[in-house]
Amino acid sequence: MIRHAVLPILAALLAAAALAFAWALSAGDLPITFAEVAAALFGNAQGMAADVVRELRLPRAVAVFACGGLLATAGALMQVLLRNPLADPYVLGISGGAAVGALGAMLLGLAPWVVDGAAFAGALAAMLVVFGLAHGDGSWTQTRLLLTGVIVAAGCGAAVTLMLSLATDTRVHSMLFWLMGDASGAGRPWPAVAVLAVGLAAALPFARDLNVLARGEITARALGVRVERLRLLLYVLASLLTATAMTLVGSVGFVGLIVPHLVRFLVGNDQRVLLPAALLAGGTLLTLADTAARTVLAPVQLPVGVLTALIGVPVFLFLLSRHPR
Amino acid sequence: MTTATDSSPMLEADRLALRIGARWLCCEFSLRLAAGQCLVLLGPNGAGKTTLLHTLAGLREPTVGAVRLGGRPYMGWDSAAAARFRGLLPQQQPDFFSASVLETALVGRHPHLGRWGWEGPQDEAIARAALAELGLADMATRDILTLSGGERQRVAIAALLTQAPELFLLDEPTNHLDLRYQVAVLELFARLARAGRGVVMVLHDINLAARFADQVILLDGRGGVVAGARDEVLRAGLLSQAFDHPIRRIDGDRRAIFIPE
Repeated sequence: MIRHAVLPILAALLAAAALAFAWALSAGDLPITFAEVAAALFGNAQGMAADVVRELRLPRAVAVFACGGLLATAGALMQVLLRNPLADPYVLGISGGAAVGALGAMLLGLAPWVVDGAAFAGALAAMLVVFGLAHGDGSWTQTRLLLTGVIVAAGCGAAVTLMLSLATDTRVHSMLFWLMGDASGAGRPWPAVAVLAVGLAAALPFARDLNVLARGEITARALGVRVERLRLLLYVLASLLTATAMTLVGSVGFVGLIVPHLVRFLVGNDQRVLLPAALLAGGTLLTLADTAARTVLAPVQLPVGVLTALIGVPVFLFLLSRHPR
Repeated sequence: MTTATDSSPMLEADRLALRIGARWLCCEFSLRLAAGQCLVLLGPNGAGKTTLLHTLAGLREPTVGAVRLGGRPYMGWDSAAAARFRGLLPQQQPDFFSASVLETALVGRHPHLGRWGWEGPQDEAIARAALAELGLADMATRDILTLSGGERQRVAIAALLTQAPELFLLDEPTNHLDLRYQVAVLELFARLARAGRGVVMVLHDINLAARFADQVILLDGRGGVVAGARDEVLRAGLLSQAFDHPIRRIDGDRRAIFIPE
C-alpha cells in the first residue's frame, strides 16, 4: 500500500459513516429532518425532536457504531492471528462464553446490568480457558488454538441449548434476541467507544508486524518480529474487543467475518489501512443494519444480527463474484 | 550496513549438536563462514538440514554448543538488527491472503523501517530492482495467489534480496524452479558471495552443490556429520553412505560430476 492512497479511502469511509449516522438519527417512529438533527447535535435546539435525537437515538447509534467497529477490528485481528481468512471474532469460543454468562443471568431473571456483566465475565472466562488449554505446554500453534477454541465453543453451544430448553417462554424470547444480536437495550455507549479507541491505539503500532506475520511465522521471525509477544497481544486484544461488543449488543454475526473481507477487497491486506478501514466500515454497516432493524417493520424491532446477515451476505457475494483472480 | 566487527567471521557454530525429541540430528561439529564464502548443507530427507539452518538463523536454540552471528550470540542482537544482517529463505511460502508481488517483496524492508515507518520510493526502488533481477519486473501487480510454484519461489527470493542482508540462509532455493532459474538463482547468490556477502544453503542436487559450494556439511540422518572443504566432503564413499545409495563421482575437466548408480 502506498501511503498517499490511504487518506482518500479513510475519508470516503468516514463520509459513509457520517451518512449512516445522519440516517440513524433522523429515521424512526418520529421522523426528524436532517436540519433538526444538526440543530439538536450542534445547536441548542429544544423540544421533543431534539430530546429524541440526544437522549435516545444518539446513544444507541454510537453504541451500535462502536460495536460494529469492535467486531470488525476483532475479526481482522483474529484472521491474522489464525492466518485463516475464515476466522471471525467468535471462532475461539468467546461468544460461547459470553452467551453462557448472559443466558445464565437471564435464566435466573437477573437485572439487565447483571446480564451485561455476566456476558463480559463469560467471554473473559472462555478466553482464559482456551488460552490456558492451548498454551498448556508452552507451544501454541494456531491449529491447536483453533481446535481448542472450536471445542470450547461447541461446549458452550450445548450449555446454551440446555438453558433455552429450561427457560420459560417469556424468557426464551429475550434469550433468542440476545443470541441473534439485539441493540435495543444498548444505552451506555461510552465504555465501548473507549475500548475501541484503546484497542486501535494498541494495534496500530504493530500493524506492519501483523503484515509480516500474515506471511507465515518463520518469515516473520526471520524478519525480526517477536512472534510470541505479538500473538499474545492479538489474542488478548481481539478477545477484549469482542467481549465488549457482546456485552452491549449480544451475539451479532457476520460483521466480524464479512467486514474485514469487504475491506480487503477494497484496500488490500495492509493492516495499517485495513484495521482503521475495517473499524469504520464495521461501524457503518452495523449502524445501517440497526436503523433498518428498528424502522423497516416498525413498530416491530428486528434483531440487528439478522439484518447484518441480510445486508452483508449479498454485498459480500457480489464483491466476491466481481473480484478478479 | 554491517554492525558486526569486521575481523570476526559472519557465522560461527561451536561444538553444535541438535536433538529433536530423543533423536540426535547431528553430533558436535563446528563451522566458520567468512564473508565471500558459500556453504552448502547436504543430506537425505529428514536428516535435519532445515533444523540446522533455522538454528544458524537464530530461530531455535541449539541443544548443545553456541551459534555466533558476526561474532556475537543471537542473544546480543536486537531482532531488527539481526534481520538486517542475516536473511532466511524458508522452504515453503505459505500464502493465506491475497497480496501483490510488489507488496510481497516489500515485506523484506520490515527490519529497515521504524515502528511508524512506511515504505518510501527508495524501498520501492530496491524491491523493483530485486524483482527485475528474478525476471519478475512485469509481474509487480500480480496477485501472489495466482502465481505458479516457481514464480512464487522467485518472489520469495526477491523479497530476500529486498531485505538486503549480509548473510543469506537459503532453504532449498531451487525449489520449484526450472533448470534455467535453478542455475540463474545460484549464480546470483554466487555473485553476491563474490561481492563479500555470505551464503549458506540447503540443496538436494549434489552437482549444483559441487558447482557452487566452498564448504559442505553433509548430514547422514543418523547423527553423523562431515564438515569441511568441498572436495574433502564430496567423496563417493561419504555420499553413498550418507544417502544410503551408491553414488559415483566422475572427475571431469572442469568439475566433478555425481551420478546415482
